[in-house]
Amino acid sequence: MAILSYGKALQRALRDEMGLDDQVLVLGEDIRVGVNNVTTGLLAKFGEERVIDTPLSEQAFTSFATGLAMAGLRPVIEFQIPSLLFLVFEQIANQAHKFSLMTGGQTRIPVTYFVPGSGSKTGWAGQHSDHPYSLFAHVGVKTVVPATPSDAYGLFVTAIRDDDPVVIFAPAGALHLREDVDIASLAPVPLGVGRVHRPGDDVTVVAVGHLVQVALDAAELLADQISVEVFDPRTLHPFDWAGLAASLEKTGRLVVIDDSNRFCGLGAEVIATAAEGMRLTTPPKRVTRPDGAVLPFARDLDMALQPGSGQLINAIQEVVKAAR
Amino acid sequence: MSIDATLYRTIRLIRRFEERAIELVNTGEIVGGIHPYIGQEAIAAGVCAALRDTDIITSTHRGHGHVLAKGADPVRMLAELCGRVTGLNQGRGGSMHAADFGLGIYGANGIVGAGGAIAVGAAWAKRRQGHDTVSVSFFGDGAVNQGVLLEAFNLAALWRVPTLFICENNGYATTLTTEAAIAGSITERATAFGIPAITVDGMDAHAVLDATRTAVELARSGGGPSFVECRTYRFDAHHTWEHKARVRYRPVEEMETGRLRDPMEIQGALLDPATRAEIDAEIEELLEHAVDFARSSASPDPARAMDYLYATGPLGRDGTGLAVA
Repeated sequence: MAILSYGKALQRALRDEMGLDDQVLVLGEDIRVGVNNVTTGLLAKFGEERVIDTPLSEQAFTSFATGLAMAGLRPVIEFQIPSLLFLVFEQIANQAHKFSLMTGGQTRIPVTYFVPGSGSKTGWAGQHSDHPYSLFAHVGVKTVVPATPSDAYGLFVTAIRDDDPVVIFAPAGALHLREDVDIASLAPVPLGVGRVHRPGDDVTVVAVGHLVQVALDAAELLADQISVEVFDPRTLHPFDWAGLAASLEKTGRLVVIDDSNRFCGLGAEVIATAAEGMRLTTPPKRVTRPDGAVLPFARDLDMALQPGSGQLINAIQEVVKAAR
Repeated sequence: MSIDATLYRTIRLIRRFEERAIELVNTGEIVGGIHPYIGQEAIAAGVCAALRDTDIITSTHRGHGHVLAKGADPVRMLAELCGRVTGLNQGRGGSMHAADFGLGIYGANGIVGAGGAIAVGAAWAKRRQGHDTVSVSFFGDGAVNQGVLLEAFNLAALWRVPTLFICENNGYATTLTTEAAIAGSITERATAFGIPAITVDGMDAHAVLDATRTAVELARSGGGPSFVECRTYRFDAHHTWEHKARVRYRPVEEMETGRLRDPMEIQGALLDPATRAEIDAEIEELLEHAVDFARSSASPDPARAMDYLYATGPLGRDGTGLAVA
């Protein structure tokens, strides 16, 4: 066994895939230096035609990657801050995502859009702290948010091998995580298959990315009163609805903790779907950022708007109490 | 076929294709209307005559001319405009997204300026794969005000990507005149990035062809991108809705003057009348067949409306929540 950090897992996934398939290349800002450490060492190993530092031209290099993909390559783009995805929403949601359908299946766009450090990094303020996964799931782009180092490895590998555009968000709040794993056992994780991190009987908590750890901590704190099941969908689109239904068959109660703005966020979708056709014995609850939130700079203000463990514990207790 | 005859045939094909398409818009057989290319045909004809089948183009919302000139089957193209399952894109793309990847036609595009960076990426990829492929990005004068296109100029020049930027300056971005929209000159947008740029008469297919040949040679020999501004005039509406909306923004005198230099007549005058009549007759027959083919082709099955959304197959739920996969 070895200690694998979340960042090392990402680095290993990218390096492994570039080693296996010479059509895979990575481009983005400051990646040769590797300011996020994910691309560190790749230039020396794979050369400058496969590790491309781009000018600060997000829109152009995002569609440049679409052109690469149409011509047969498998580009990975590293975005240094999550809010840059707003700048290239046209190029991803309106171009890359739509080409397969619009052309009657004539082309495929196997581009991976990778964000190592999404969500609040505390103190990075309004334009560097978004966690826009709900937006991409909403438009139908395959959307992935790994919670652990081994899932980060397995989902990144799968995203790179996938023939469609995939956005993979590595939450800033998960980058510090380390896991004791057998490196040889690291394997691709399929899209659309969730993971029960902790089994329980009283309530299902759906948590994504760094919030899985928050949910696990809450479950542990409540362990002597409430049996909490922590369900991590791992990929938001496709979503493991069957996995959620199976969990609710057992618990009948649902809380979602979601680092999206409340309005039209992932949490809303999970609860709507559960209400439409799954077993719920009490009204569900969600813990989210506020409607339309913009994270303020000051630490206490930033923290105040993020969904956290205190709110989650309250929500779990209320949902369970409602049934008793 | 002589180059004169080839250029004329392409221009004539585009012209008559569009005239037939407008008839089908008027009868309701083409839904959603089209952006007519009439008047600008010499550009597509001249540019594509300098390209190989393996070269790549990205096109615009006004894309019929580019797609046909690059060699797409007019019969399947018309079926696409009519939304038939036999169309180039099986009725999924229509006028603004017509594509034929087998012929290097990487799609017309509904977003102004969006094809530029895609073309640069495609050419870069082909070069890396060891091919001497050239890509061409067609766009209008309106697109030079799109930031992504200017970013694409920078990438192409910086990395010496074999791309041709073909600007069709027809004087209007929808209804806004070029003078009211563009500060400085169009070609200086390119020369600022070190991209050689020239302006040619876009009504003269030979002038366009000559400029394109020079640019293609430069690109294939590793010299990087070129920019060609083709001055032209759009004879018809920005979009066929103008006929219904009765939008007025061009002086009648200007339209009449603009139509005097008709690329079809300019190129047609270079042929002997018998050759020209023969080409005309062949195209009429071809388009008659295309219309019949489109009319007799099936519409796509509504149950297949989400087909092709993902390369890897169906994904997610339908609009009532039922699982698709």
